[in-house]
Amino acid sequence: MDVQLKILRYNPEKDTEPYFQDFTVKGVSNDWRLLDVLQEIKWQQDGTLTFRYSCAHGICGSDGMKVNGKNRLACSLLLKDINTKKTIVVEPLPSLPIIKDLVVDMTSFFSKYEVVKPYLINATPPPQNGERLQSNEDAEKLFESAKCILCACCTTSCPSTWTNENYLGPAAMLKAYRFVYDTRDDAANERLDILDTPDGIWRCHTIFNCIEACPKEINLTWHFSQLKKRISSREM
Amino acid sequence: MIKTFDVVIVGAGGAGLRAAVEIPKEYSCAVISKVFPPRSHTGTAQGGVCAALGNMEEDSWENHAFDTVKGSDYLGDQDSIDVMCQDAIRAIIELEHMGMPFSRNEKGQIAQRKFGGHTKPADKNDPYTKRVPVMRSCYSADRTGHVMLQTLFENSIKNQVTFFSEYFATDLIVEDGVCKGVVAMDIATSEITVFQAKAVLFATGGYGRVFRITSNAHAGTGDGMALVYRAGLPLEDMEFFQFHPTGLWKLGILVSEAARGEGGILKNKDGERFMERYAPTVKDLAPRDMVSRAIITEIREGRGVKGSDGTDYVYLDLTHLGKEVIDEKLPEITGFARTYLGVEPTTDPIPIQPTAHYAMGGIPTNVDCEVLKNEKGDIVKGLYAAGECACVSVHGGNRLGTNSLLDLVVFGRRGGKAIADFLKDAKFHEISESAADRTRNVIESIMENKGTEKISNLRTELQNNMMELCGIFRNEQDLRRMIEILRDLRERAKNVFLQDKGRVFNTELIGALELHNLLDTAEATVFSAYARQESRGAHTREDFTSRNDAEWMKHSFAFMKDGGVPELKYKPVTITRYQPMERKY
Ligand SMILES: Cc1cc2nc3c(=O)[nH]c(=O)nc-3n(C[C@H](O)[C@H](O)[C@H](O)COP(=O)(O)OP(=O)(O)OC[C@H]3O[C@@H](n4cnc5c(N)ncnc54)[C@H](O)[C@@H]3O)c2cc1C
Ligand code: SF4
Ligand code: SF4
Ligand code: FES
Repeated sequence: MDVQLKILRYNPEKDTEPYFQDFTVKGVSNDWRLLDVLQEIKWQQDGTLTFRYSCAHGICGSDGMKVNGKNRLACSLLLKDINTKKTIVVEPLPSLPIIKDLVVDMTSFFSKYEVVKPYLINATPPPQNGERLQSNEDAEKLFESAKCILCACCTTSCPSTWTNENYLGPAAMLKAYRFVYDTRDDAANERLDILDTPDGIWRCHTIFNCIEACPKEINLTWHFSQLKKRISSREM
Repeated sequence: MIKTFDVVIVGAGGAGLRAAVEIPKEYSCAVISKVFPPRSHTGTAQGGVCAALGNMEEDSWENHAFDTVKGSDYLGDQDSIDVMCQDAIRAIIELEHMGMPFSRNEKGQIAQRKFGGHTKPADKNDPYTKRVPVMRSCYSADRTGHVMLQTLFENSIKNQVTFFSEYFATDLIVEDGVCKGVVAMDIATSEITVFQAKAVLFATGGYGRVFRITSNAHAGTGDGMALVYRAGLPLEDMEFFQFHPTGLWKLGILVSEAARGEGGILKNKDGERFMERYAPTVKDLAPRDMVSRAIITEIREGRGVKGSDGTDYVYLDLTHLGKEVIDEKLPEITGFARTYLGVEPTTDPIPIQPTAHYAMGGIPTNVDCEVLKNEKGDIVKGLYAAGECACVSVHGGNRLGTNSLLDLVVFGRRGGKAIADFLKDAKFHEISESAADRTRNVIESIMENKGTEKISNLRTELQNNMMELCGIFRNEQDLRRMIEILRDLRERAKNVFLQDKGRVFNTELIGALELHNLLDTAEATVFSAYARQESRGAHTREDFTSRNDAEWMKHSFAFMKDGGVPELKYKPVTITRYQPMERKY
């Protein structure tokens, strides 16, 4: 079958404004990933089309983009899950500066990640000859948040991010959860202080866009409700 | 532009980041990576990382070392293997201390499970006759590599490592046996920077993209290996490339051995558990080279299933494990089967076929990660390598599952330590802007070429032919043909045409540079395979079917020469405790 696409193009060396370009790809089948379609365009039709990718199976977080209005990983979206009778509209992740075509500048995304101290903090030296013990139950409490591949699909889909560029955003807050709830960490309070600020967790109005967008199906808002409860109980 | 750092690390996967964390604060250290660090390929590793912690049952590092030697088909250097297996226990505990989230056993220790080729003696007094599978692979569900990479990235942020993300290394500056730095291009602007350094460490990963069906990311194009090779330095044991038995049919996406570790079974089209015929004791948990050959043999003898794309597959059956085990222990990989093949693993078997997975060969180093400039073991001052791009050699002819993630953290750290030592009285070497001339010329000639060849077509031809002619089974005739094809592709690669003439984020240009790197690594692979007239580990010659210890207990060293035919030299294997014996499972 054939598919029609409209892809947002922008080359700062030539264009003053982004614009849409139409493409047709022939001979595709339902089990193609959208990434395969984009590669087919790049490799056979238009070598200037620019997008990031690497693992091609939803693990490296490179190819987040907006497809028919929703943030998706191009490598995890199969044609059979898109209405291919209509033109597929592909745009870069919203709210981040465009470098070229579908490639956005991730600087602000990674700097917000760094704000929440995304690493284990524990002043007590670990045992000499073994691990810091942790029950499997406690370990598994971290697994869902640890699944995050930093693709930015959530943060760039969040209305609070669109209206306030300083808002930490869901990905960074999820990382905070990952350590706040780690029994081996003792800097929970430091991180909760960071979340409990005007640009922190209270800007989250539980609009659920982030969950919709997350390719790893992480229940972000559940994690935020835990963090909110923890902050509130701390204040009492 | 010239930038100066005490140390430059090229690559931000497990090996590069572990090395970076080890560099003392008083030295300046830059990490260059063509993708953002957490996008590195280490993140795709699923099954586990190996260490004889003995958390589930009795085990010892000596057991681990024996398995690694035997798994390597006796090509691994036994002194290096001892270093790795002994240090494994400390290395994994250290990851835990760094914050890596592991699955746990009832005592709250790191959980472990079975994996291919990991065994212990059934009877302690008789270590070598009968061995049974042992739980040695430490894991975090089936996202072990992902959480390891995240943890190391987190620790690099804690240590304030300086990253140059989306910088593409194009050249290595080695003069008179001394390393002076590297040249890299900022992908966002195409600006070329000379990185002057006292020490350089390569941790650029593998080159699975030289084959059509592979588990490797698109970034796995052997760049580091090619840079070293072009600098006149050797590549070691490149004929040994591991095909993992269970890639998703058509796509090559990996279904971790953990699936068989948890009890998954391979079946042919008749529903027969065929591994019972090939490896009667360990069956589906035999090492990868054996299982991959078994699958291809089943297919060749007509017991495979014909897929809609014309290729054949066999089945990996997990249905008897039950939904609970599958959801808890193997969520990610069963998700891949659902997403990409539309197969429900709890009720239906998964179509699989072997997939190009891991480079045992690479940049030769000693146990301190110092790069060797020849088969005699002399080193290049200031140049280091670690991880999949390096060959210590701990994996020999065939790597055991879970030993690569281990290799990354053990040798990444050793590389970092060796560099810290070296820096105590190392100095900068003079370097000028002209060090970037070679890179500038290459890029200019690609950009201005008015040829007719498409990069992607050349790449596809290379990948298809490597798969057919230099894959799991090889013979003289096929390899000869591959050599000719390679010569032709090299000529045509001089004639590529780029549509993108811009300087901003020119990924078409990156594709062209990567194609050259693939061709160079393919050259070393094919010629080393052609010369090695025996079958050992992952290198299987249909015309020389047995292992030949009398002539071939040696490592190949391929040196690039003008005219496209590398020079091959050999280095003896280091044998300490384990004499070669027949490899039966
Ligand atoms: C699907 C899959 C599953 C696996 N599962 C396991 C497992 O369960 N257990 C196990 O032990 N092993 C496993 N392996 C093997 C293991 O994951 C890899 O061998 C290992 O992660 C390689 O790590 P590395 O640090 O050497 O390189 P990588 O993680 O591949 O990183 C390479 C780095 O080099 C950079 N780079 C490359 N070229 C350039 C350039 N030209 N310029 C700048 N930077 C460059 C990249 O940006 C990247 O940061 C698996 C492999 C695959 C493919
Ligand atoms: S739930 Fe919160 S974080 Fe998620 S999209 Fe809505 S406001 Fe943003
Ligand atoms: S939480 Fe989900 S959407 Fe957000 S960055 Fe992580 S993986 Fe991507
Ligand atoms: S290419 Fe890695 S997540 Fe899509």
